Amino acid sequence: MGIVSPGFGGRRRSAPDLPPGQYLVEDFPVLTAGPTPRVDPADWRFTVTTEAGTVHEWDWAAFRALPTETPTVDLHCVTRWSKLATSWAGVSLDTLLEDVETSADYAYVQAYGGYTTNLPLEDLLDGQAWVAFRYDGEDLPAEHGGPARLLVPHLYLWKSAKWVRGITLTSQDEPGFWETAGYHSYGDPWREQRYWDS
Amino acid sequence: MTAENFLDGNVAGGPLQAFFSVDITAAIGECDHCGQTGRIAETRVYLQAPGVVVRCRGCEGVLLRVVEGPGRAWLDMRGLRTLQVSTG
Amino acid sequence: MSWRVGTVTALRDETPTARTLVLDVEGWPGHSAGQHVDVRLTAEDGYSATRSYSIASAPDGARVEITVERIDDGEVSPYLTRVVAVGQRLELRGPVGGWFVWRPAQDEPVQLVAGGSGVVPLMAIVRSHAQAAAGAPLRLLYAVRDPAAVLYREELRGRERDGLAVAFAYSRVAPEGSGRPPGRVDAALLAEVAFPPDTAPTAYVCGPTGFVETVADLLVTAGHEPRRVRTERFGPTGGRP
Repeated sequence: MGIVSPGFGGRRRSAPDLPPGQYLVEDFPVLTAGPTPRVDPADWRFTVTTEAGTVHEWDWAAFRALPTETPTVDLHCVTRWSKLATSWAGVSLDTLLEDVETSADYAYVQAYGGYTTNLPLEDLLDGQAWVAFRYDGEDLPAEHGGPARLLVPHLYLWKSAKWVRGITLTSQDEPGFWETAGYHSYGDPWREQRYWDS
Repeated sequence: MTAENFLDGNVAGGPLQAFFSVDITAAIGECDHCGQTGRIAETRVYLQAPGVVVRCRGCEGVLLRVVEGPGRAWLDMRGLRTLQVSTG
Repeated sequence: MSWRVGTVTALRDETPTARTLVLDVEGWPGHSAGQHVDVRLTAEDGYSATRSYSIASAPDGARVEITVERIDDGEVSPYLTRVVAVGQRLELRGPVGGWFVWRPAQDEPVQLVAGGSGVVPLMAIVRSHAQAAAGAPLRLLYAVRDPAAVLYREELRGRERDGLAVAFAYSRVAPEGSGRPPGRVDAALLAEVAFPPDTAPTAYVCGPTGFVETVADLLVTAGHEPRRVRTERFGPTGGRP
């Protein structure tokens, strides 16, 4: 740890129920690793590709015709802010993957704009993940990943790919945009898995 | 004019000092995506992210990613084909 | 490359929202005008934040000055402009930058174009130019919101008397007798006050992203070679979150 600057950081709010090293925010910081993609729902597609190469595809109308859930979840960003009790509307990955035949163990997530991330397939299932299209009662704005983003709130937020366009199911874990550059392959905020283990 | 929140490559110079013995912002890099060459100082840098993302000014392809953790730093440079430095 | 330690030796208010920090930096290797430093603040719980700040001073041994404009909802600038005290030690990384740099050996004309606090690294060029008694012709165009927001006002006035060509472009409120109504930098203003393209100046443009885009485009459209237009954008936070 470097030289402590007395009185610095005093505005950050901690809370007992936050993961280690996190602080509370009330606003919703916008993080961007590049230009913000502007995707017209008319052109939007979401695909699931299995390890056998089978492609399942939804356009916006088909996607929006699926059953919707309205999760309220806590968000934990690896840059150390957490935002509690955020309300979303989205389609559960259980629904999207219902008819997908796979024995893959991993998911490689791709987004419009080129962003990628990876996680075990089981972390997308059992009510843990959604493709979200509404935040706080409004259509999801582009800066927060609209028209639709992945939402996997039990992992650090970089796993919740904005502008999601597809998931490829693989038998090998394939590191994504940040996972290739020092960030943890799994990213559990409660175990503070920020960076590579060694 | 654009609303995008990028800065010039100069700003990546600090994080990159951990990896190079010379100032790299004046070096000329070649983008592995589109082949454009230019000074690292003239690339587009996105800082509002978990790391520093350096993108090609021509095609917005990712040239460099720098992540700084406590006591460690990582550099992914697969988007950069070559780097030319001045040796005086 | 590790972090250096700088001790604050003096503080100077430039405007109601901008403060200059004078630092004495251990092991400072010297710098060139136009370079910047990264400043890292660490809280008692280990949380840290890093921001880049341009160096305002000409090379002078281990002494480094930065001028910080306060962003009210910012994380680092309110601390640097309100809390930091003389004698306090800060962590710095630098000097950084090898392209947005002016060196006294350059003999071509130098056109400086500043937007707001983008004047800081350009002031380092002005000061370095004066310190070296350099022969290269130098002009500064300084776009600023209103007269009260002008950084280094007295010093610039003095340097004008000594022959430096300074033109102000006030975007909101112009002082009486400025001879030009408030407005943005445009092609006509550049044609009037900047070195023409045929003198092949090197232009240094620093300011907020939109300002830099506009001015760089105007310069290139006017016939300046793109490779002679060096830019340094700064963002609303200028650093990592």
